[in-house]
Amino acid sequence: MLSKRIIPCLDVKDGRTVKGINFVDLRDAGDPVELAWQYSEQGADELVFLDIAATHEKRKTTLDMVKAVAKQINIPFTIGGGISELKDAEALLNAGADKISINSAAVRNPQLIDDLAKAFGVQFVVLAVDTKSLPQGDIVHLNGGRIPTEIRTQDWVKEAEQRGAGEILLTSMDKDGTKSGFDSLLLKEVNDMLNIPVIASGGAGKEQDFIDVFQQSNVDAALAASVFHYGEILIPELKQLLKKNNIPVRI
Amino acid sequence: MIGIINYGAGNIFSLTSALERVGIKYGIINSEADYQQYEKIIIPGVGHAGTAMRKLTDTGLVPVIKSSHKPTLGICVGMQLLTDFSEEGNSDLLGIIPLKTLRFNEAVSKKVPHMGWNQISPDPDSKLFTGIPQGTYFYFVHSYFIEFNTKFTAAICDYGIKLSAAIQKDNFYAVQFHPEKSGAMGERLLKNFADL
Repeated sequence: MLSKRIIPCLDVKDGRTVKGINFVDLRDAGDPVELAWQYSEQGADELVFLDIAATHEKRKTTLDMVKAVAKQINIPFTIGGGISELKDAEALLNAGADKISINSAAVRNPQLIDDLAKAFGVQFVVLAVDTKSLPQGDIVHLNGGRIPTEIRTQDWVKEAEQRGAGEILLTSMDKDGTKSGFDSLLLKEVNDMLNIPVIASGGAGKEQDFIDVFQQSNVDAALAASVFHYGEILIPELKQLLKKNNIPVRI
Repeated sequence: MIGIINYGAGNIFSLTSALERVGIKYGIINSEADYQQYEKIIIPGVGHAGTAMRKLTDTGLVPVIKSSHKPTLGICVGMQLLTDFSEEGNSDLLGIIPLKTLRFNEAVSKKVPHMGWNQISPDPDSKLFTGIPQGTYFYFVHSYFIEFNTKFTAAICDYGIKLSAAIQKDNFYAVQFHPEKSGAMGERLLKNFADL
């Protein structure tokens, strides 16, 4: 049976991970390769690296990091941040990234999704969407959730699927950072609409939140950052608990 | 030593990295002269099967691959190339293993691509799966699949329907999943192939 995926997300700046990480016995908490290795050993199914300061000048450092991760890590990983052209994506592919995630650049230029899918295959293209509930509905936001658009999230994910996105990473800005659980209602609505995998993001605070999101929305994967980084949730224990609740996981 | 066929269908960095991690020596095959230097062959591949077949044909290596007695491992689209035909672009392929590559039918009501970790049931007699238990998870990502067949299927995977996670005929082996991305068991499979 296809398992539900647990995905830690690492913020990267200048080729180093930022945010506190409190694994035991870490030689270097800022080394993305060492952290990636720790997570893969713990049973993470996939990793997402978010390059929070991605600019053309800094791109080379990121590429070196991607190469180092691909050399040493034996699970798939996605790179996101600052990808706005085919050549950005191609460089990441050649450095060993399994997928890239695009966000604001795709909203500004939706044709980017078509072009990436055509050049590298749908499996390579993850569309990340930052969504916020406003009086007029669920609205796509840009630049890390700071700028509202006029696009309904439901319309945008459907369009992205038709254009060739292979997966949707949906972050609820209402839930992100609150640790009050994933936005299962919206995630269910989006998941039911689409025929491509959906990754839930934003709001993870405790183990029960993961059980709830899989049971209530049937998404394919759940992503979180701080609860994993600060050791509040340990992946092996989380997976045992999911299994006990009849959610298929890889152990 | 293993030779990897380099025909421009997808990136091989992850594959060569995996081989390096488990200490398997490899080289890159760009020509027939290169091909003759290696005892074992890997055909990697991602993307469109029809496009991959065209690129492979352009290398001029097709006749030598088809008549080869060297242990050969196809991975993902490299697996699909070994079959007769793919519904992806209605493409004729190498025709080494008499099976068809089909698109996931909407009737199966599963998401496409089939993406993520799924369990397989390997044929206990297949040397490719030595030490790999029933129910082991491997990482899959594909929109087309090879039908289940009692004669050539070396490992079954269930995704709404039974499909071939691995096939085998004479010296030809192939896997639909990505061993280079499938954790320790994926590395075990690559070692098994190197040890054949």
